[in-house]
Amino acid sequence: MLNSKIPAGNLKKKWEDYKGHCKLVNPANKRKLEVIVVGTGLAGASAAASLGELGYKVKAFCFQDSPRRAHSIAAQGGINAAKNYQNDGDSVFRLFYDTIKGGDYRAREGNVHRLAEVSVNIIDQCVAQGVPFAREYGGLLSNRSFGGTQVQRTFYAAGQTGQQLLIGAYQALERQVSLGNVKMYSRHEMHEVVKIDGKARGIIARDLVSGHLEKHFGHAVLLCTGGYGNVFYLSTNAMGSNVTAAWKAHRQGALFSNPCFTQIHPTCIPVSGDHQSKLTLMSESLRNDGRIWVPKNLNETRKAVDIPEEERDYYLERRYPAFGNLVPRDVASRAAKERCDAGYGVGTSKQAVYLDYAAAILRYGNIEIGKQGLENVSQEQIIALGKEVVKEKYGNLFDMYAKITGEDPYEVPMRIYPAVHYTMGGLWVDYELQTTVPGLYALGEANFSEHGANRLGASALMQGLADGYFVIPYTIGNYLADEIYSTGLDTNHAAFEEAEKVVLARIEKLMSIKGTQTVESFHKRLGKIIWDKCGMARNEEGLKQAIAEVQALKKEFWSDVRIPGEINEMNPELDKANRVADFIELGELMCVDALSRNESCGGHFREEYQTEDGEALRDDENFMYVASWEFKGEHNWELHKEELKYEVIKPSQRNYK
Amino acid sequence: MEHYNMNLNLKVWRQKNKNTKGTFKMYRVENISSEMSFLEMFDVLNEQLIKDGENPVAFDHDCREGICGSCSMYINGKPHGPWQANTTCQLHMRAFKDGDTIVVEPWRADAFPVIKDLMVDRSAFDRIIQAGGYISVNTGNAVDGNTLPIEKQKADDAFAAAMCIGCGACVAACKNSSAMLFLSAKVSHLALLPQGAPERTTRVQNMVAQMDKEGFGSCTNTGACEATCPKEISITNIARLNSEYIAASFAD
Repeated sequence: MLNSKIPAGNLKKKWEDYKGHCKLVNPANKRKLEVIVVGTGLAGASAAASLGELGYKVKAFCFQDSPRRAHSIAAQGGINAAKNYQNDGDSVFRLFYDTIKGGDYRAREGNVHRLAEVSVNIIDQCVAQGVPFAREYGGLLSNRSFGGTQVQRTFYAAGQTGQQLLIGAYQALERQVSLGNVKMYSRHEMHEVVKIDGKARGIIARDLVSGHLEKHFGHAVLLCTGGYGNVFYLSTNAMGSNVTAAWKAHRQGALFSNPCFTQIHPTCIPVSGDHQSKLTLMSESLRNDGRIWVPKNLNETRKAVDIPEEERDYYLERRYPAFGNLVPRDVASRAAKERCDAGYGVGTSKQAVYLDYAAAILRYGNIEIGKQGLENVSQEQIIALGKEVVKEKYGNLFDMYAKITGEDPYEVPMRIYPAVHYTMGGLWVDYELQTTVPGLYALGEANFSEHGANRLGASALMQGLADGYFVIPYTIGNYLADEIYSTGLDTNHAAFEEAEKVVLARIEKLMSIKGTQTVESFHKRLGKIIWDKCGMARNEEGLKQAIAEVQALKKEFWSDVRIPGEINEMNPELDKANRVADFIELGELMCVDALSRNESCGGHFREEYQTEDGEALRDDENFMYVASWEFKGEHNWELHKEELKYEVIKPSQRNYK
Repeated sequence: MEHYNMNLNLKVWRQKNKNTKGTFKMYRVENISSEMSFLEMFDVLNEQLIKDGENPVAFDHDCREGICGSCSMYINGKPHGPWQANTTCQLHMRAFKDGDTIVVEPWRADAFPVIKDLMVDRSAFDRIIQAGGYISVNTGNAVDGNTLPIEKQKADDAFAAAMCIGCGACVAACKNSSAMLFLSAKVSHLALLPQGAPERTTRVQNMVAQMDKEGFGSCTNTGACEATCPKEISITNIARLNSEYIAASFAD
């Protein structure tokens, strides 16, 4: 049933061949075709801008007060591209290979190779837009390294790469708004996909200021709505990040793939108490220079600085000498959990490990002395010089840590612990980024396609912009070319009326419950169930319990939630209730998916399936497929498998030793 | 760092929507941990209000890591509160002590009408960007990223200006509600880069014209904007904007 539409032929020629043969739409017809873009992060803003430039009539939607605030803005570390500017052996093939291997061989070769090919165009495009990437003294672009690779291919703008890339895409989008090619709808949330004769033809959106529902027609609908990490309640996602648009699409027939593939990022600021509303990431780039350790002694009570070198366990360097502190995220997170579970954790909660910059400060200090030709330098001066260098590289991250924890990371090691950060799973899409609903597309984190079971650092920005700038402008034409014959369709069609009724009925139902428990309290409880039983480690018994608990929570939610205020006004509690209701349903599917995948791979670690030294044990014989779930009604899904065929890469046990 | 709990009095601006008049209301919150963020303290207040059958306080917030620019509270007479170079979401409760009364208002500016409670409409900023805050380059036109070397200092200065998060604290801090720091940051970012050169003249003129149209006030160089900016955008950008503007007038 699932046809991924990967073009036949040599891997390196697939995308070129596709572009050479896909259908085109002439400029006069583009003006008559309307495209709806939901979400204005890197994928959505770049898609809306590029389609506007091509001449399509675009309507873009975001729930924030401005498209510039989408959560891509918070990405810190960087964006990968196979430029090989560093002459260190990088190539399109190597980026492709690293990404497939990093994803633990659960991604499509065809998609990932295309991603690696267009990665180089993204950097060029962003530079042309005025994105101020970090540069060397010669004026050329600078690179650094990220986890899971041995080359330096990551482009960056201090610790604010996502911000700079998004501002670039946002400005391109606003330019199209000013030219009249894009109409922007801020503070709007999508509540339903409208289908006519099986094809996506528009959306029902809610104006979050007035509370009114609106009908919007489109010949195609693009969901660029990000990931679903907030199902865990605590994550590094923004407070508003949600699964609602993707979930509505799923209920309308779009398959949802690999929902249990979630990424737990190893370096986040640990939870400080019950009041915690979200978690904050400390960029993976910090693992370039920082060393991660825990005390060798159980029940260690001394301060970090008082623990001598020989009594520290640099466990990543010990277990993975080849990659050391730069192993991929899933490996680093599990290793931290292993040490903390064994009782070696630090801090009051014992749920943290140290990320230490003392060695890097000394190293940089000594380099500065050499550079500046200083003599008779004291240890204090070396440290002071080293701190200056570290400040230039990571200053904003260190400041953020200090503000949140009240500790000075230049003086004491940071305490970090893994936290939910990204979701590899998402709506199933084919090579053209089209879901199983014709005319409905999913781009960026909202789809499942490029990262397999684990995403490498600095690859999310790459995928978002690849999809929006360089993939969808070609693939959507292949669909819309035939849509020039679909005339006379608009929001007067009965399907819009019907969809609006369904949305309104659901909102009225929510408001009529008038129970005793707040939306937030339900969200917290959901998050705890999923984190405890479908988080960094899963097992059969726990997953079965979780499914029962989530089903019970759903019942309780729909009979006892309390939402204040009115429907037709700005009502953030109602917005949140709509989102949490969808997270609850998704949470169940995540556990169903995790339970059915009887293997460990990437971020999905089933305790029953591990090697002797605690690494993920894949089962390629039985699970080399994309698990795609079809919604069949309440608590009921049907599994469809898309087999993954490796023609170029030979899957093996991942080895970072 | 010593942790402590505190009880606080909150004086919060409540306004149903843009067409009604607002007023201050007093609330009390108890057992607030010094480790909480300011917005987490508001979460506690809102949970309490919902349980008591009242409407929670509406406020803009999203990333809660100081980068999206959503949060916009005017706390004890300062945009984003007492800490330097900080956003409301990154303000933590150890900035306060037991028994404090904290006054919280929305941004106050004609160009930023209140939507509800502490939420304001900042779409004027988007329209200023639409007027010229971009480089006109369609997707697919770019040459190799390293074709054009850019002096490191200029790239760094452009980045320092591009760090603006568009929160509007500069406008809220200014007695004239001027948007000059916001505008000058964008003009500087693009004027410092060679890619921005072809549109240098029209950009500054169109963006300034749009700013005036939106009803922002004039700049009288008091420097309140720079002092309050969470990203420490420098007021030297305003000087650069002025010289860009004058040069553009001569070019006409």
